[in-house]
Amino acid sequence: MAKVKVFVPRDSTALSLGANRTAVAIQAEAEKRGIDIELIRNGSRGVFWLEPMVEVETDKGRIAYAPVKPIDVAGLFDADFLNGGEHALNLGLTAEIPYLKNQQRLTFARVGITDPVSLEDYLAHDGYKGLTNALAMTQEDIVKAVTDSGLRGRGGAAFPTGIKWNTVLGAKGEQKYIVCNADEGDSGTYSDRMVMEDDPFVLIEGMTIAGIAVGATQGYIYLRSEYPHALHILNEAIAKAVAANYLGDDVCGSGQAFHLEVRRAAGAYVCGEETSLLESLEGKRGLVRFKPPLPAIEGLFGKPTVVNNVISLATIPIILDKGAQYYADYGMGRSRGTLPIQLAGNIKQGGLVELAFGVTLRELLYDYGGGSASGRPIRAVQVGGPLGAYLPESQFDTPVDYESFAKLWAVLGHGGIVAFDDTVDMAKMARYAFEFCSIESCGKCTPCRIGATRGVEVMDKIKSGKDHAKNIQVLRDLSDTMLNGSLCALGGMTPYPVISALNHFGEDFGLNVSIDKKLNEKEGVA
Amino acid sequence: MGISLVNKLSDSDLKKIESHIFAHQGVPGALMPLLHAVQDDIGYVPEEIYPQISQALALSVAEVHGFVTFYHHFRTHPVGKHVLQVCRAESCQAMGSEKLESEIKAKLGIDYHQTTMDGEVTLLPVYCLGNCACSPAVMMDDEVYGRVDAQAVADLVSEVSNG
Repeated sequence: MAKVKVFVPRDSTALSLGANRTAVAIQAEAEKRGIDIELIRNGSRGVFWLEPMVEVETDKGRIAYAPVKPIDVAGLFDADFLNGGEHALNLGLTAEIPYLKNQQRLTFARVGITDPVSLEDYLAHDGYKGLTNALAMTQEDIVKAVTDSGLRGRGGAAFPTGIKWNTVLGAKGEQKYIVCNADEGDSGTYSDRMVMEDDPFVLIEGMTIAGIAVGATQGYIYLRSEYPHALHILNEAIAKAVAANYLGDDVCGSGQAFHLEVRRAAGAYVCGEETSLLESLEGKRGLVRFKPPLPAIEGLFGKPTVVNNVISLATIPIILDKGAQYYADYGMGRSRGTLPIQLAGNIKQGGLVELAFGVTLRELLYDYGGGSASGRPIRAVQVGGPLGAYLPESQFDTPVDYESFAKLWAVLGHGGIVAFDDTVDMAKMARYAFEFCSIESCGKCTPCRIGATRGVEVMDKIKSGKDHAKNIQVLRDLSDTMLNGSLCALGGMTPYPVISALNHFGEDFGLNVSIDKKLNEKEGVA
Repeated sequence: MGISLVNKLSDSDLKKIESHIFAHQGVPGALMPLLHAVQDDIGYVPEEIYPQISQALALSVAEVHGFVTFYHHFRTHPVGKHVLQVCRAESCQAMGSEKLESEIKAKLGIDYHQTTMDGEVTLLPVYCLGNCACSPAVMMDDEVYGRVDAQAVADLVSEVSNG
């Protein structure tokens, strides 16, 4: 009889809830009972509120048991969970769990299903089909496919990926580079981490396709130092890709070279800004560069460079596999395809939800998120990380779409949604936005370096009621200066959380909302 | 409060550092990976090795100093046997991390960037661990822990201190 396959995730969040202890307990119990199982450490499905989620492969498909603590393990064996037996933790077929079933997983198609470091598993689940197709295409056609897919940079800036690639393809240079921005520093986001830990080959494949498309032979993954597991998993996957000739001097016998290396960052949020990242990779302080020149023309070490976010690059393989139209058929308006949305903060059912653009915040927060974790009303959500606007309940019917968010003077950013219940003090959150900016400012431009510190001081005055009306005006003026005068998004977007909090939650700033709210909304910095 | 740990490089530390410097010569953008190698190995980046690094990588000492101090990850002094990072970012704040921070500081009797009197644990702030679906989160050395409270963190501290 074949060994039963048991899956226990190795994703950081699953581990943070004790997945290793669960795995050890299952292995020990199986040995104690003389049962031979095959324990696979898969990635996480991203249903994080159910981790550690254990799955068992049966004739009918994979059956989930969750959340499984070591203390539950003996009971699961008693209930014959290896054959899908009934148990209080039995959730039925994993694929039928509504949270997963209703998603449209394209970029995350394999995440949680496969063993992240098994190349065989990757190949068995449509891996490297995109690269195979790309190798039979001209460089121009690969770039055209990416352009036609409508894919826009998923790191936050939403710049069309194909146009960026086309610039690098057309740039003259003996040496070109592909740089993956894996400095995922936004609070409320973890989709990059999941791709790297749970399906690293898809990122490797995406970068390889990028290299072939634009004629770059060297790639770097600039990985934040807070992700040690991702570092080990990426390095293990890269070594396997090299051994199987998917990376190296002659990728798949095509005669084209592509080498890949992971470089660890060192805890500077500003290095998520692409020019600061390039400085850092060159071994310098991560000071933001003036643009132009664009990195596509003069990037890493002065050479033409594609800088893309993890999710953008990890989406390339499916576009090249299934075709640009397949991807572009998802989405709404100018936001094509899907967005891996991350539910975070005070949310009952936090996790990764990949859906076509167009789903509303309310559907995400309640149908998927199940409301707040505390059981209290959700008062505000911050979308797009620490530089994203706060949205009040009245805006929860906004569809997830770049342009719809822009209309509200908000951003989608990297797709993180952090929920806050009604105990939140929004003036405190505004002060924190300035504090964070002051800690992370690279110091190159004055509006950001000085403005952030002044912002903290102004917020303290507002909170203490000192010269209140005057300081509210100072806050707006300062935000306007930072917004228009900063060199990059760190200083330039810190006003988003600040002013959105002020406009929508004026009562927390000591304003008489009944009179001021309408005025403020009209006046909004945007 | 907290213990102050003294920079003292042993001969073997110096040998290790020398070999890291040697291994990184000729690597493009070598400073970052070199400093990671040094800190991973001996726990911090000693200021007294700046001249050696600057000479090997053709940088000025000021450039090396500027680099080290720019990045939050690098430290120029030794830390405790374990490093406990507490997330201060928005998602964790939404789940009460501010209260958690003060409880942890009170329990350990130290503030951020300080080390417990027994030299076991150094406390550091961190801005996002990518564990935001299960906030609040802390990281002990290389492992993240989600949905923690002060008691869970205290248990974690005694676990590593006794282990």
